[in-house]
Amino acid sequence: MSPSAYVTLSVILFAIGGVGVLVRRNAIIVFMCIELMLNAANLAFVAFARMHGNLDGQVIAFFVMVVAAAEVVVGLAILMAIFRTRRSTSVDDASLLKN
Amino acid sequence: MTTVPAVGFQHAAWLMLAFPVFGAVVLIAGGRRTDRWGHLLGVLMPIASFVYGLIAFFALLGYTDRSRDVHMFTWIPVNGLHVSAGLLLDPLSMTFVLLITGVGSLIHIYSIGYMAHDPGRRRFFGYLNLFIASMLLLVLADNYLILYAGWEGVGLASYLLIGFWQYKPSAAVAAKKAFIVNRIGDTGLLIAVFLMFSTFGSVTFTGVFGGTRAAGTGVDTALGLLLLLGACGKSAQVPLQSWLLDAMEGPTPVSALIHAATMVTAGVYLLVRSNPILSLSPTARLAVTVVGAVTLLFGAIIGCAKDDIKKSLAGSTMSQIGYMTLGAGLGPVGYVFAIAHLVAHGFFKADLFLGAGSVMHGMNDEVNMRRYGALRKFMPVTFGTFLVGYLAIIGIPPFSGFYTKDGIIEAAWDKGGTSGAILATAALIGAGLTAFYMTRMVLMTFFGKSRWEDEVPAEHRETPETGTHGAAPHPHESPWVMLWPMIVLSIGSIVAGGFLVINGRFAHFLEPVTGAVPASHGIITTPGLIALALVVVGVAAGWLMYGRAEVPAVAPPGRLLTKAARRDLYGDAFNESVLMRPGQWLTRLSVYFDGRGIDGLVNTAAAAVGGSSGRLRRLQTGFVRSYALSMFFGAALLVAALLAVRL
Repeated sequence: MSPSAYVTLSVILFAIGGVGVLVRRNAIIVFMCIELMLNAANLAFVAFARMHGNLDGQVIAFFVMVVAAAEVVVGLAILMAIFRTRRSTSVDDASLLKN
Repeated sequence: MTTVPAVGFQHAAWLMLAFPVFGAVVLIAGGRRTDRWGHLLGVLMPIASFVYGLIAFFALLGYTDRSRDVHMFTWIPVNGLHVSAGLLLDPLSMTFVLLITGVGSLIHIYSIGYMAHDPGRRRFFGYLNLFIASMLLLVLADNYLILYAGWEGVGLASYLLIGFWQYKPSAAVAAKKAFIVNRIGDTGLLIAVFLMFSTFGSVTFTGVFGGTRAAGTGVDTALGLLLLLGACGKSAQVPLQSWLLDAMEGPTPVSALIHAATMVTAGVYLLVRSNPILSLSPTARLAVTVVGAVTLLFGAIIGCAKDDIKKSLAGSTMSQIGYMTLGAGLGPVGYVFAIAHLVAHGFFKADLFLGAGSVMHGMNDEVNMRRYGALRKFMPVTFGTFLVGYLAIIGIPPFSGFYTKDGIIEAAWDKGGTSGAILATAALIGAGLTAFYMTRMVLMTFFGKSRWEDEVPAEHRETPETGTHGAAPHPHESPWVMLWPMIVLSIGSIVAGGFLVINGRFAHFLEPVTGAVPASHGIITTPGLIALALVVVGVAAGWLMYGRAEVPAVAPPGRLLTKAARRDLYGDAFNESVLMRPGQWLTRLSVYFDGRGIDGLVNTAAAAVGGSSGRLRRLQTGFVRSYALSMFFGAALLVAALLAVRL
């Protein structure tokens, strides 16, 4: 299989993730879509590393994973706090700062 | 003009200033504690100055170099501007010192009686002393900056004294008016001092007069006209005459002081002192003579129509100062006669004003001459002294006015040419008018039938608060403390003119200041005879209208000129329509421009920022997904841009 197929897959995954972030209201789903986009990026990094024959892309993929894990921890914690007070995980409900 | 350093006791000339300053400080700062003896101190101070002045005067007569400069201290020692405070003792300044302190002292003595019932008498004497001190500083200064300090001091003192009865709104307004109108003239003098400094690098008389010839006619003309503006303000010459008639709101001794010894004489002093500048500029001299001629007619016409005895006298002062200003524009002869007339005028005008004050004192402060009549029986001494003043001012020989006023008329006559003829005609007509209004005043006050009523209406009184309401005025002679200054002044009115003019005594005395005077043609001259004839005509006209005919107690409506003259020949109306109204419009325009223009600009900018912020705020929806979408588009745009650049 040629590496370009992996790149194509990563584009498809990124697009699915992006559309998910924009159209879904449930915060959990939004989070999952963000993870999908991050992993699509990881896939692209690894594919390009293979194509160019060096390890830079693979190293960055590790960094992205670490950052994603940290982000999920903080994000889920915020989500829990919001759910406790508002009994909802809809991102549209959390628009109180506007007024 | 050359000066030599002072010698001997002349170094103590500052004492002349120190006496009245001391009096003013003690009386004004001392407050009520000095009420009991304040007036005595106030009288003593100008007398002390007068005594010193007399000694200094006789000492000066003994020297050949008669201009003595007394250096006191260095006032402003800045590099490039070196002003030393010095006094100049010369024939001109000594003449003024004697006039100011002599006549001033007599007026002080008179005020003891005149202000006896006034609770503010001590304050009054404090201000009088301040007035004398400022005026002495003005005439003794050896440079224009010190002169200016005295000039402003005179303005301040006149403001305080005209508004002495400050509870009267009319007095307060008159004081402000005098101050503000004077300020216009002061600006002229101030700019003249600036110009002197920038041109000559000096403001001393010697420094300035030494450089005038080299400075060119342009500078000399500018200086002459600016000094004339200053003189117009202080001496109440047209067009800055309007304050003088209102200044009658002050107590009568103040009017006497302002009109005879101080204040209005300052302008004439300034012009004569600056004669080296005037002599180099024919234009400025012409302007001076025109102002003088216009004012002498202006004042005389006003004097003819006023029923208020003090205002009529004020018109007369304006007219007489007009003669002096006219003289000050006519070269050396004119300078001498301007000052001689000033001295003679100091005597007879003080005499007349104190006489008017004495009449008012006996008449419950009534000032309307139509309410007088037949007072010669009740006030014989006042009548006698007033009559002497009357004969002196209209110029009947051998009284003072005959010598000094005719000298000015002759100088105008001798000027020659069209301008000389016009000026001489104006001066001659003025002499006739003077005779008319003074005759009118004497006849209305002292002759005819008594016309006073049981009660003097408040608006015709000098002080609405004093006087016994409801009681008939019982005319009586004033106390001796008021009478004997009048007697002394009337003696001065008889002898001063002849003493100064006969044999050219005064001309010779003033020679170091005014320059040599060509020999005069004696006492009897053509213009002198014409003037005398016109005086007789004026007296006859006055007798026909006010002596033979009954004087109505209520003023008749009068013809056009009378109406105009009663309203000061529309001087106030002119100021109001030409200066005040446009000024108000300018203010309103400025306010409008400030409100709509400047504030409008700021307010519009603020409103624009506020409005656009309100609209921009809508973009912040608070929905996370819309932010995400805009981020997405932004990122897409960025990527597209990068690709576009790369490709």
